[in-house]
Amino acid sequence: MTNRPQAEIVRQSLKKRYRKEKRFRAYGILAIAIALSALVVLFTDIIGKGYTGFMKTSLNLEVELNQEMMFLDDATDQKQLRMADFVEPLVQALLKEIPDATEADRDAVRKLINPYASTDLREALVNNPDWLGSTREMNLLAHTDVDVYVKHAGDSAYSIKLSEQQREWVDGLLERGIVEVSFNDTFFKGGDSRDPSRAGIMGAVVGSLLTMFVTLILSFPIGVAAAIYLEEFAPQNKLTDFIEVNINNLAAVPSIIFGLLGLAVFIGLFGMPRSVPVVGGLVLTLMTLPTIIISSRAAIKSVPPSIREAASGIGASKMQVVLHHVLPLALPGMLTGSIIGMAQALGETAPLLLIGMVAFIVDVPDGFLDSATVLPVQVFLWAGSPELAFIERASAAIMVLLSFLISMNALAIWLRKRLERRW
Amino acid sequence: MQPANLLLITLAFAAVAYGLGYFRSRALAMPLGGIRHLKSLPFYYGARAALWCGIPALIVLGLWAAFQGQVIQTMVVGTLPENLLPSNAGEASLLLSKISNIASGALAKDFADPAIVQAAELLVRLREQSLMYMTALVVSVAVLAAFIAWVRIRPTLNARVQVEAILKWIFFSCAALAILTTVGIIFSVAFETFRFFQQISFIDFFFGTHWSPQTALRADQVAAEGAFGMIPLFTGTLLISAIAMLVAVPVGLMSAIYLSEYANPKIRNIVKPMLEMLAGVPTVVYGFFAALTVAPFISDFAASFGINASSQSALAAGAVMGIMIIPFVSSLSDDVINAVPQSLRDGSLALGATQSETMKKVIFPAALPGIMGGILLAVSRAIGETMIVVMAAGLAANLTANPLETVTTVTVQIVTLLTGDQEFDSAKTLAAFALGAMLFLSTLLLNIIALHIVRKYREQYD
Amino acid sequence: MTSIPTTVPEKKLHDENEPQIPVVEETAASGPIVEGKTVGTPYADDAKFKLRDVEVFYGESRAIKSVSLDIASNEVIAFIGPSGCGKSTFLRCLNRMNDSIDICRVKGTLELDGQDLYDPRQDVVELRARVGMVFQKPNPFPKSIYDNVAYGPRIHGLANRKSELDDIVESSLRKAGLWDEVKDRLDATATGMSGGQQQRLCIARTIAVSPEVVLMDEPCSALDPIATAKVEELIAELSESYTIVIVTHSMQQAARVSHRTAYFHLGHLVEVNDTSTVFTAPEHEMTESYITGRFG
Repeated sequence: MTNRPQAEIVRQSLKKRYRKEKRFRAYGILAIAIALSALVVLFTDIIGKGYTGFMKTSLNLEVELNQEMMFLDDATDQKQLRMADFVEPLVQALLKEIPDATEADRDAVRKLINPYASTDLREALVNNPDWLGSTREMNLLAHTDVDVYVKHAGDSAYSIKLSEQQREWVDGLLERGIVEVSFNDTFFKGGDSRDPSRAGIMGAVVGSLLTMFVTLILSFPIGVAAAIYLEEFAPQNKLTDFIEVNINNLAAVPSIIFGLLGLAVFIGLFGMPRSVPVVGGLVLTLMTLPTIIISSRAAIKSVPPSIREAASGIGASKMQVVLHHVLPLALPGMLTGSIIGMAQALGETAPLLLIGMVAFIVDVPDGFLDSATVLPVQVFLWAGSPELAFIERASAAIMVLLSFLISMNALAIWLRKRLERRW
Repeated sequence: MQPANLLLITLAFAAVAYGLGYFRSRALAMPLGGIRHLKSLPFYYGARAALWCGIPALIVLGLWAAFQGQVIQTMVVGTLPENLLPSNAGEASLLLSKISNIASGALAKDFADPAIVQAAELLVRLREQSLMYMTALVVSVAVLAAFIAWVRIRPTLNARVQVEAILKWIFFSCAALAILTTVGIIFSVAFETFRFFQQISFIDFFFGTHWSPQTALRADQVAAEGAFGMIPLFTGTLLISAIAMLVAVPVGLMSAIYLSEYANPKIRNIVKPMLEMLAGVPTVVYGFFAALTVAPFISDFAASFGINASSQSALAAGAVMGIMIIPFVSSLSDDVINAVPQSLRDGSLALGATQSETMKKVIFPAALPGIMGGILLAVSRAIGETMIVVMAAGLAANLTANPLETVTTVTVQIVTLLTGDQEFDSAKTLAAFALGAMLFLSTLLLNIIALHIVRKYREQYD
Repeated sequence: MTSIPTTVPEKKLHDENEPQIPVVEETAASGPIVEGKTVGTPYADDAKFKLRDVEVFYGESRAIKSVSLDIASNEVIAFIGPSGCGKSTFLRCLNRMNDSIDICRVKGTLELDGQDLYDPRQDVVELRARVGMVFQKPNPFPKSIYDNVAYGPRIHGLANRKSELDDIVESSLRKAGLWDEVKDRLDATATGMSGGQQQRLCIARTIAVSPEVVLMDEPCSALDPIATAKVEELIAELSESYTIVIVTHSMQQAARVSHRTAYFHLGHLVEVNDTSTVFTAPEHEMTESYITGRFG
């Protein structure tokens, strides 16, 4: 080793410099750790809060459908049905199962049964009028207070509203299988409800599907057409530049602004109804278009010019070159971009709040012009509820929403791997 | 006939027109000795007929469906007697909904003013007529145009050129929709904003420090006007965005640097998609997380030190928003850092610089403009973010810089003012549009600057 | 350490003046390339670099095939050869610039002043401070001229005061023949200079760290003839105080600036000789074919 002073100085500085190097590297690892742990915490929090939302508490009762007790002797008579008592048979059936409860405990016992259970009973009778007078094994929803007690008895976050006595009863019933915790099919069947145990996401899921359908059939063709125009046909002029600037800016405009646009133009100017999937779909179309256009343009750009030259060389017109050769080759890329755009639209909430898709809607929508809500808005509505039982369902709904999104993204990745060509 | 059905029928007509055009061109070609004597393939004659049939009919249908509601409404209101005419827009919308409720049978007509019942009947009648006329018009336009197109098929007609020209126009209009959307946004916010400023002065709005958009029920109430000073909303938005950037920029930037400069490909291939997952989570989920997990945690945590933190603190909303923006910052920085030419890295390493020295003293300064552009885009996203703040930040318009207090933001107020019961003409509703205009302008400005910086930066190394 | 036992070449180390015994008959006439056998005078007495059986792999493929060579102190040695012959790859081994390529592996003995370059204990930062490098395309940092030259001394802590740094910058720019051109605009950004100035700035930046060896990877290929002449002049001046290894595509340049010339072909080091010998009487047929322009 030479004893040149510089080399000596460099060697002396090394220790300090390597410490800095290590520290810098540690910052990087720390940053990634923060980001990833945020992801993990987010997911575990939601799963931890929500997995119980997929369980329901119900009562297995032998219900005696006694005509006199119900003031009903013909289950097809609308007038009688309106006046009939569907609560009493349930209370009596439950009273029978609780040996130490007397007639004086009627109210306490009744409060173990879901207020909507009588509606279910009524519906069952309307569908099977001949059941009247017989005794039936029925599985009916328990009261939400019972549901909360059974699922979260040890959790301090939840306040148990049952009395000491009621708790004892429920414990006993649980042991004998009268009270039963099972998979929450109600959650996947119905629409929203004021009662958490009855609330389901089907209405929101169907609303989301309708909205997404409108968005897809509008935004995909329009986006692809716009991308084709800009990549293949647009002349180099001010208008084209202006269109491009507009698209790039629209891609970064806050989504809520599109809600204002929908409110003022589609509802205010065109007089379209509020809360309907068509308007939601239109707003989301305008919002996702820039994303689809940008990714479609990238897909078109990646088709090598040699393909275009080959086709024009044998006398194909520009339009034929594009439609017969460029478009099919670019389609996989366009599809992946569009699926990702659709996934964004599916998770979007803010603009839909402004066009009124935030209403409380019990029925599953049956058309594009029927009032509806969508999955993320349903999450928003339930998350705002003071009742923890709703929070639990909001978490469960988030899991459903996320599984939709993850499968869409997985589909996009699969498509890309499967179909995309490397030139 | 309902517009949706009419749409399907028009498409069916176009399909028929395609078939007719196709076969006519073939029939014309046969005596000449086959389709080689046509100027274009039969397909193009068919497509031309279909376009001729479909496009004018669809335009008529679209315009009619878009404006029939307005026209009918004006006609119905026109028949009402003087004394029932609404004096302001609020009453007008009330009256209209009353009429349409009676018309649809949702409201019993027994108790209503006979003039209104008449109006409702007129409404029903006009709606039926409108549908009838629309059907007749659309069908006749479709048939007529298809017939003309069909008759004019000649072997010498170059159908391909025509079809391609029409297609090109269709493609162009799809692209031009972007301009239309921007115009639509400007129109929708500008119009209402203009009306807002007719009621509230500029100075009160831009420099007022008090925001409580309650409009009085009675004219003599205290604070009857409501207060529309946007300063607290503005500072609230900035506070939450600043907290978000404090989280997102260091974490996003450092993870981008680590992933592009240090991590081996295996780790990169695992970590990058996971970071992208953060970007794919819907904002409502972040809002849920912020409101129900992070905010209570912060307030409990602060309480354990004896500090009073609001249960809807700016910190919770800002921190969660920061987490949401991390992947945005990191992917933009990643692009920008990778755009710095390898030769600069080599030059620095060859002088004996360590990797971090190269990063800090050569790459980072070189990438700085691009990174700044990316950060500006992230800021614009933070300002416009809605669901997290709607769910986790409060409604109280406090003028404060304390992150543990509740603040409200522009987007929160827009949502609050426009959801729930609203009179379409009140200063409250208009205020939402004025806020929307401010939001649009500020994000637009940020975006334009940011995109410009990023483009300039890219050109530098191309 | 991935050293390969070096037996035969070790003995021949000082046979500099002895005629090489051709392994295959009639080397000069028919001349197939034999791996590990280099025609001419690859070895030197006062070797700065001692390189034995160096092999470089990119993944599976072998880019450098058993190359042995000495580089003497204060000599200018030129690496020539057709594109893709591995001369740049070989050059980049000398200050371990190949480290940043994940799939690149280096085998063999590479010593600088008797110290193993690829020893895990060898510090790459220290090595590069001693062995500087100038690249094909001028790559000034997007900073001022002053900051470009001061960059190396700053990171290595070579100057304690501003005035010392100023001195280093001035002397480096003077040595690079750039001082008079830029002394009035040291704060101007370096990317605004002409290509030739940029390359000389990069040389100034390299010598500001006072390296012992300067590696140059086709330093003039991106420059016009006048700028090239200036850089070549500079190389001649620098050779008084530095060992210079230069990769070049231009045989004229090699002839003008170097003392010795090494001819590479497809990863083999075919011939090393005094520059004059290589260009007037090459021993190996391949070398002759190349310098007479039969391929390249």
